[in-house]
Amino acid sequence: MTESTAVLAAQTFRVTRADLVRYAGASGDFNPIHWSDRVATGVGLPGVIAHGMLTMALAGRAVTAWAGGDPSAIVEFSVRFARPVVVPDDDEGAELVVTGTVRSVDDDGCAQVDITAVCDGERVLAQARARVRAAALT
Amino acid sequence: MPLDASYVGRSFPATPPYVVSREKIREFADAIGAVDAVHRDPAAARALGHPDVIAPPTFPIVLTAATLDQLIDDPGLGLDFHRVVHGDQRFSYVRPVYAGDELTCVCTVAEISERAGAGFLTTRTEVRCGDDLVVTATARLVVRAEAAA
Repeated sequence: MTESTAVLAAQTFRVTRADLVRYAGASGDFNPIHWSDRVATGVGLPGVIAHGMLTMALAGRAVTAWAGGDPSAIVEFSVRFARPVVVPDDDEGAELVVTGTVRSVDDDGCAQVDITAVCDGERVLAQARARVRAAALT
Repeated sequence: MPLDASYVGRSFPATPPYVVSREKIREFADAIGAVDAVHRDPAAARALGHPDVIAPPTFPIVLTAATLDQLIDDPGLGLDFHRVVHGDQRFSYVRPVYAGDELTCVCTVAEISERAGAGFLTTRTEVRCGDDLVVTATARLVVRAEAAA
């Protein structure tokens, strides 16, 4: 194993209400906390929140970009949903910034990548990691 | 009602086969803004050594949704959908999901615990194409404490 602190290029994503509607349709997750302020605030949320799996998917896009556009280099991918991503009902939506650090490269040629995802200055994912074939990383 | 810890180790029946189409992969890629050719163009995917277009890494969640229904619909387990929060998600890939795959899921209850009134349920779902393992999805669900009566 080789230690590393290589930093991967930050990736920025924007999530609007329209994106949540589209993700709901494509994924089949129609939980109203992702489209109804009434339901979201009724269960104690500040407002409509993004699907956790959409946030993970965007982190996956960042890892895919780091892997040169082919996600088949990703061997393992895991996250903890630490905080909700609140998506306001405006044209700007929410901004998610995903950064990565190569923690180490294992003897099998896979890199351990630590991922951070920040929205509004708060980390929305915890313990987010990917194991990626190191040869693919750019 | 707390989760029934005797469910640990129990596997649910395989879900009906899900046939992955190029169109569904493109729709999912569009929904997450993934513009890479490997999700859209069979020739580009083949040039990278894949038999057809491949799905984005989190696509298997579309399939494993059916296993969540199995958990919720089982009256003995005691999973109250309205109090469930997705805590953790992990995918371990043998290979990517390809267009044309016919996939089934077998969900196993891996762990049940309780802390401060909240329940924790970990499931491990094996996604297979025929007999071949494609990806294992591990989810940790948090069941929030019931409001005091």
